Amino acid sequence: MVITALSFIMMVSTVWSGTLEDIQKKGFLTCGISEGVPGFSIPDSTGQWKGFDVDMARAVAAAVLSDPQKIKFVSLASKQKIIAVSSGQVDLTSRTTTWTLKRDAKQGVDFTKIVFYDGQGFMISKSLGVDSATKIDGATVCVTAGTTSELNLADFARANGLKIEALVFDGKKEALNAYATGRCDCFTTDVSQLASLRTTLAKPEDHQIMPEVISKEPLAPLVRHGDNQWKDIVTWVINGLIAAEENGITAANVLEKKETSNNPVVQRMLGKSGDTGSYLGLDADWLVRAIQAVGNYGEIYDRHFGPSTKLNIPRGVNKLWTQGGLQYALPIR
Amino acid sequence: MKLPVFLFSKSTMTTLTLQAAVIGIIFYAAHGLLVNTQANLEARNIASGFGFLSLESGMPISNSLLPYSPADSYGFAFFIGIINTLYVAFLGIILATLLGILIGVARVSGNWLISKLAEIYVEVLRNVPLLLVLFFTYSIALAALPIPKKSLMPFQGFFLNNRGIYLPRPIPESGFLIVCLAVLTGIVAAFLIHWYATRLHRETGRIIPSFTIGVTAMVTIPAIAWWVTGGPLAWEFAVLKGFNFTGGLVIRPEFSALMTGLVLYTAAFIGENVRSGIQSVATGQINSSKALGLPAGLTMRKVILPQALRVIIPATTNDYTSLVKNSSLAVAIGYPDMVSIGGTIIGQNDQAIEVIAMWMGVYMTINLIVSIIMNWLNARVQHIGR
Amino acid sequence: MTISPDASKELHVFKPMPDLPAPLESVGIIGWLKGNLFSSKINSLLTFAALLFLWKAVPPLISWTIIDATWSLSSTPDPTPKTGACWTFIFVKFRVLMVGLYPQELLWRPILAFVIFGVVCVLTALRRLQTRLLIALWFFLPLPLFFLINGGIGLEIVEQSLWGGLMLSTGLAAIGIIMSIPLGILLALGRRSNMVIVKSLCIGIIESIRGVPLITILFMASVMLPIFLPRGMNINNLLRVQIGIILFSSAYIAEVVRGGLQAISQGQIEAAASIGLKNWTITYFIVLPQALRHVIPSLIGRCVALFKDTSLVIIVGLLDFLGMIKASAQDPEWLGYDAEAYVFCALIYWIICFSMSQYGKSIEHRNQWS
Repeated sequence: MVITALSFIMMVSTVWSGTLEDIQKKGFLTCGISEGVPGFSIPDSTGQWKGFDVDMARAVAAAVLSDPQKIKFVSLASKQKIIAVSSGQVDLTSRTTTWTLKRDAKQGVDFTKIVFYDGQGFMISKSLGVDSATKIDGATVCVTAGTTSELNLADFARANGLKIEALVFDGKKEALNAYATGRCDCFTTDVSQLASLRTTLAKPEDHQIMPEVISKEPLAPLVRHGDNQWKDIVTWVINGLIAAEENGITAANVLEKKETSNNPVVQRMLGKSGDTGSYLGLDADWLVRAIQAVGNYGEIYDRHFGPSTKLNIPRGVNKLWTQGGLQYALPIR
Repeated sequence: MKLPVFLFSKSTMTTLTLQAAVIGIIFYAAHGLLVNTQANLEARNIASGFGFLSLESGMPISNSLLPYSPADSYGFAFFIGIINTLYVAFLGIILATLLGILIGVARVSGNWLISKLAEIYVEVLRNVPLLLVLFFTYSIALAALPIPKKSLMPFQGFFLNNRGIYLPRPIPESGFLIVCLAVLTGIVAAFLIHWYATRLHRETGRIIPSFTIGVTAMVTIPAIAWWVTGGPLAWEFAVLKGFNFTGGLVIRPEFSALMTGLVLYTAAFIGENVRSGIQSVATGQINSSKALGLPAGLTMRKVILPQALRVIIPATTNDYTSLVKNSSLAVAIGYPDMVSIGGTIIGQNDQAIEVIAMWMGVYMTINLIVSIIMNWLNARVQHIGR
Repeated sequence: MTISPDASKELHVFKPMPDLPAPLESVGIIGWLKGNLFSSKINSLLTFAALLFLWKAVPPLISWTIIDATWSLSSTPDPTPKTGACWTFIFVKFRVLMVGLYPQELLWRPILAFVIFGVVCVLTALRRLQTRLLIALWFFLPLPLFFLINGGIGLEIVEQSLWGGLMLSTGLAAIGIIMSIPLGILLALGRRSNMVIVKSLCIGIIESIRGVPLITILFMASVMLPIFLPRGMNINNLLRVQIGIILFSSAYIAEVVRGGLQAISQGQIEAAASIGLKNWTITYFIVLPQALRHVIPSLIGRCVALFKDTSLVIIVGLLDFLGMIKASAQDPEWLGYDAEAYVFCALIYWIICFSMSQYGKSIEHRNQWS
């Protein structure tokens, strides 16, 4: 019976096409995001997803489909974030995912461009009076399953000869909740997320983030392995957002710049000259639409993490390379 | 007795054609699946095979019965998961049976209040999802218990806090082996007494209180050995050191919550089986055994139980296998059972097919073993009645 | 000696004395109490223990749920420390708990669907409709309801990632049962077939599904199915989970149906065969109707079990009723209302499951009498 059903499915002959064609045919982009990390991706009171990761995905939708709203968000647990992409459940995952060799080479996904340079840290209740991560011998630490944090924590404990009891939860919320109820002494994940999750606790001022950063966490959106055209599109849209900041192009002035700028770099980026769009299988205005929709990299950062927000995460290494940071756009030509 | 084939037994010809068609479809589908799967795995650059089991896992596991470190392999991590699942299943079955019998007996009790309370218990627990019960027990376990520094201490050496229940750990000293042997001797003696009493009863009709004698033997022999060797057990107490208690035996809240939830839930079902088993025995039999002057205990043991068990055991087999399968819900409250650890392995390697196959293999094996034991028990019970 | 005629007049007629009233301690309230609560020393002890338990447990429960509880309809948490339950939390979250993130302006659609579904349930429970009509109704009900909620044919489409809450739980369970009954019947018939291949195939499917937990089947549906499918063919997560639930449920229903098939006596089949009925006619007109009537109570038991089991979809990332309860309890603005959330959740599940199982029991009784 089941077999008959399956063979029916088999008989439906489908011609496999590239992700880009798929998206253009179905008219929307499917994007995997977190279960709700303030600043990165969290639904607002009207049910709309907001955040840094969300804006990156919207920029891609704007470039590919001319509409940043034509996007379906699928909320993924950490465990699912890789497999959802490799199994084709989503076209793109923009979800605080660390670029590692194993994931890139062995797990059927490709990373695009680093959007956030992060590192793993620890949060602890101030009442315990511990000020350094090296002094947490014997502590219970809450961590999310299937993350690099889980592995780094084990490495950190082994490297420093600490006896740490890791309590692994399926979801970030469960882990944070267990920390909030006092089931764990510490909570560990990327520093930026610690800052953002701390604001959701009942009394944020009672908790501190310890100074040690125990790992490098380059966060990048990821796509399915083997579809180079699609990977190129996502990579270069993000590149374009960083390049836009380098060249002072903002959501507000992008149309004006396109008409008036004499800078050949800007002209090429915005499709005034050259045909960068056609190399990607898109039209000439691809980057203009992306910037119009979400602004340049700096604008996106400030909107979600900047000083005017509740999170207020200093930009640090995520500044442009010209200002001493690591964000460096590849030449668009 | 076997019914004829309704659907297809018109003639051998049709049957053969149909079977051939089925084989054809199976092969076609299997081939299609294989081709698709291979193409998909290749396109996504996902490895296959069980090679990953020997790689270093790097993942931490809380609640491990065996010494485990992140430097161990995925295979060993999965094995820890299997052990944890088995542990929960084994302990769960025993505790749920005990509570279930209690509930079932309370349900048929002559005491109206008690039987109503048991009925409410059964009807409430049977009509809510187990997952909800688990969330409930876990959040109670976390919310009701204090942090380590404010631990409750009901007895000397016992600590209760939101990191677990801490008990003194027994450490065997010289002479402990003798006590172990004495325990074994006691059990053997009890069996011998039982065997002798049965024979005596069959041959002469005399009844000796074999149960009481047996229990006495099981208790006194080890007790004497204990006294002679001078109590060869030391106790290691848990001590608050830094963040947590160290030393001692610890039962984690995840485990306690899982166990409590599973046992409470399954006991409601077993209680129903026990009730329907007891009620399946005709009241006439009970009345006549009373009329013959059989004491209540003997009526229970010799009249009601042997017949009730015939109804109880088959139904309870199903509940045991459900309990084993339900233990997989541990994943929802952070207890590292096989499904939880396997899920993390999938997350790290993407080799879902292999891990899911391993899950299925282990669950089916456990359930097969449970079924075999219960069927054996069932066969024995059915014989007694004849 | 002769009997004098006079003596014969004084015939000794047996005149029973009037009944004595029953002893005071065996009738009325006292009798009931003595018989049911204090029949022996142990029983009296148990009764007192139970009374003590009730005395300790019930009054605090009532005061928590009703007397000290907050019932206000405001939209923010009450800042004052509370001694009772805060049902405001449930009122605020009610929409999410029922329909998930379904858009506010289209709410009339799930409400209408709930009403239609409720009416069909009531009609079924009252047994006012012909069985045949009822079966047809249940089998065709999912289609219009699906269109009502999903959109299409003139209605605005609501994407499935927004579905959730009780609506999703009910939908998954209802479609799961409805689709798995025919599948289960086929599997059961196949298992009793004497064609070796069909039989072993069916046994293999049934036993391998019944041998593993639903979670692994959901994992498989959610993670492995895409790998089995041809490239470029995508099925969304909800549908995959639904397929997993249907497969799971049909294996159990097959076993229930098999029980019914075994209850049909061989004589009936032989009789039918001897008047020249074909095999499929025998199966369709004689065996199945009787077998299915036998197993209706167990089928309803499966409905209850499946409805409870749909709560596991939370593990593959769908937010059903329990999932929404949990997500709401973890809302940073409403922390610390776990108890209210879980009690409400338990109450709703209990009402639905209990009424279903009572309905099953009533059918069982009716079957026994008829």
